[in-house]
Amino acid sequence: MTADTVTSPPASAPPVADAKVEPAFPHTSGWAIVARKEVADHLHSARIVVLFFILGAATLIPLYFASDTIRSVAGQLTDTRGAFLALFLASSQDYPIPNVITFVAIVAPLLGIGFAFDSINGERSEGTLPRLLSQPIYRDDVVNGKFVAGLAVITVVLVAVVGIIAGFGIVRLGIVPGVDEVIRLLLWLAVTILWVGLWLAFGLLLSVRIRRAANAALVGFGVWALVAIFGQLIVGVVASVIAPWATAATLEQAVALKALSDGILRVLPLTIYQEASAVLMRPDLTTVSTPATIAQLGQLEAQVQGQFLSFDQSLLLIWPHIVALVALMAVCFAAAYIWFMRQEVRA
Amino acid sequence: MTIVTGRPSRRRRSASAAAVATASDPTAPIRTRALTKRYGERIAVDALDLEVRAGEIFGLLGQNGAGKTTTILMLLGLTEPSGGSARVVGLDPTRHPLEVKRRVGYLPDSVGFYGNMTGRENLRYTARLNGLAGDEAEAAISVAVEHVGLTDRADTRTDTYSRGMLQRLGIADALLKDPDVLILDEPTASIDPIGVEDVLRLLRQLVHERGITILLSSHLLNQVQSVCDRVGIFAFGQLIGVGTVPELAERFGFSLNHIEVVLDAGVEGDPEIGTLLMALDGVAEASRAVPLVEAADSEASAAPTPPAGSETGPAGPAERKWIVTTEPGREVHAMIGSIVGALAAHRLIRIGRHEPTLDEIYRRAVEQHGKRRLADAAEGAA
Repeated sequence: MTADTVTSPPASAPPVADAKVEPAFPHTSGWAIVARKEVADHLHSARIVVLFFILGAATLIPLYFASDTIRSVAGQLTDTRGAFLALFLASSQDYPIPNVITFVAIVAPLLGIGFAFDSINGERSEGTLPRLLSQPIYRDDVVNGKFVAGLAVITVVLVAVVGIIAGFGIVRLGIVPGVDEVIRLLLWLAVTILWVGLWLAFGLLLSVRIRRAANAALVGFGVWALVAIFGQLIVGVVASVIAPWATAATLEQAVALKALSDGILRVLPLTIYQEASAVLMRPDLTTVSTPATIAQLGQLEAQVQGQFLSFDQSLLLIWPHIVALVALMAVCFAAAYIWFMRQEVRA
Repeated sequence: MTIVTGRPSRRRRSASAAAVATASDPTAPIRTRALTKRYGERIAVDALDLEVRAGEIFGLLGQNGAGKTTTILMLLGLTEPSGGSARVVGLDPTRHPLEVKRRVGYLPDSVGFYGNMTGRENLRYTARLNGLAGDEAEAAISVAVEHVGLTDRADTRTDTYSRGMLQRLGIADALLKDPDVLILDEPTASIDPIGVEDVLRLLRQLVHERGITILLSSHLLNQVQSVCDRVGIFAFGQLIGVGTVPELAERFGFSLNHIEVVLDAGVEGDPEIGTLLMALDGVAEASRAVPLVEAADSEASAAPTPPAGSETGPAGPAERKWIVTTEPGREVHAMIGSIVGALAAHRLIRIGRHEPTLDEIYRRAVEQHGKRRLADAAEGAA
């Protein structure tokens, strides 16, 4: 080392000199160049079409079936707050179709994984990764750019879908949102983007860790199925095992059992997101936790029906949920980031 | 020298810079000192001292897994060395990776492109990553594509390209940034023979016109022999020989006083020819060069080892090849004359000085090195 320093005194000087020669060199925005290319790729891919179809179906079908219901009660609803948001909560009375926010909660993870599961291992198998990394960008520009691109595309589509629903409500049903409702909707969008971001980061982690894209996709969808479908079942089993009463004999025990299983259920990120989106979209929800005692249950029932929270109070209620989602996303992204930085360029 | 003190932007350096380069040149574009890479217990690159001089084509030759690619990745700052140091265009690639990558073009082993984009679009992405945009980028892309002869295919998707075309596009990709140094990992692998010739001619042209320094790695020795100014023989993570091909031949014991004698296979009586040749004045040794198939057979029966790697020579099944070693100081042409005279009655079809191919030199270098390592190990154990 020392010998080298002696023989090449200008070794530390050139970067400074070069920065003067080419001051406009955009290496600081390497991630932006990567993101730009990735967005173009996403927009040209079959994925975006699938995304539009899934989200479109997810929103328009329930809306179509629910619109009659909404229209019939619209007269009563317009003078109360929350009528606009009911567009997103409405479901048909005749068909077992989930409402928009339930559907988004279930489908968003699929989108996140679908947009990220092959982002790094795809570059690897195509042989483009060494070439990309030998360009004058930092290594993390690749991960950051890909994450930003995925999030940007999904955000645009989500915003478009929400816009379509809102437009439908305003034009076809004559429901005009108040300021409070618009803010609630925007907050819900933000939390939903966070929710998608979590799964995008998870997909990215899979694409870094698992060399074959097909395997990464399988693992990703497996985890999704666990969270979205089997999670509830498993939690039910776990709750009945650790509960002091196998079956609730009294009302007291029934309430406690429910509180316990809800608590366990909250380990699942899906629960966290669903609670957060429910509170944001339904101003009449004043609590996220199930009453744990009879007294609390009584308290809840004693509340005046039709008492609405303002959006900042709702936000206060789900602040821990938001923090939890941010933390989960950060953990997934950080894991993907660190693995990628430490990985060898070739297999 | 200008090479070290910063980039004189977008210029064409004269190839005469190469002439200035001398041994242990502090301005050499690529220098490593005791560069080492360990993967756990395994040593991929073992205390490598390498120097590539300005304006030369340096061939890093070695088998798959010899550590060539690892070395290259360390030179580009894509892998961190476990020890030692490297200087590329005067910079430490570990500490200034961006600066190094800006000035060094790299063609990875089995390079890939985004199949859903055209060749030009792929290059445009690279150009943007290098800070080139707009007309400047388009001009650079056109020049690079022209250089590698892909102009008429540049606007088709790269998933329709053959392996050789991808390889050539990879070279265009590496040239986009107008590099001072070009590092090519297996540039001729998976290209057809005519394509190989084109690529090698292009490399020569680049050195000549732009004064670029080229480091290339290959395991296809004979292909790159013709284009490299100097070669380094790489085995077991070490550089076991550096120099021009004749220098290496001499270093590993190939004297140039070998004469190759090829007879028609119809000739009977190998021992007779052996005695004939040995009886000639000035012949130190004459031995039959056994073709690969026979060599494998004789190895099994523990026959004496065949001479100087000649089993890879062009002697087909219809030929019988002998290698004659002359005594030192003998004129080769005079010896050829006397051999021709002696073998007048035998069907002689070809005769001439035997020059070792890089393949042969490589094989012997690795053998010698392997023996030395074994001996060292035995000594260490005792």
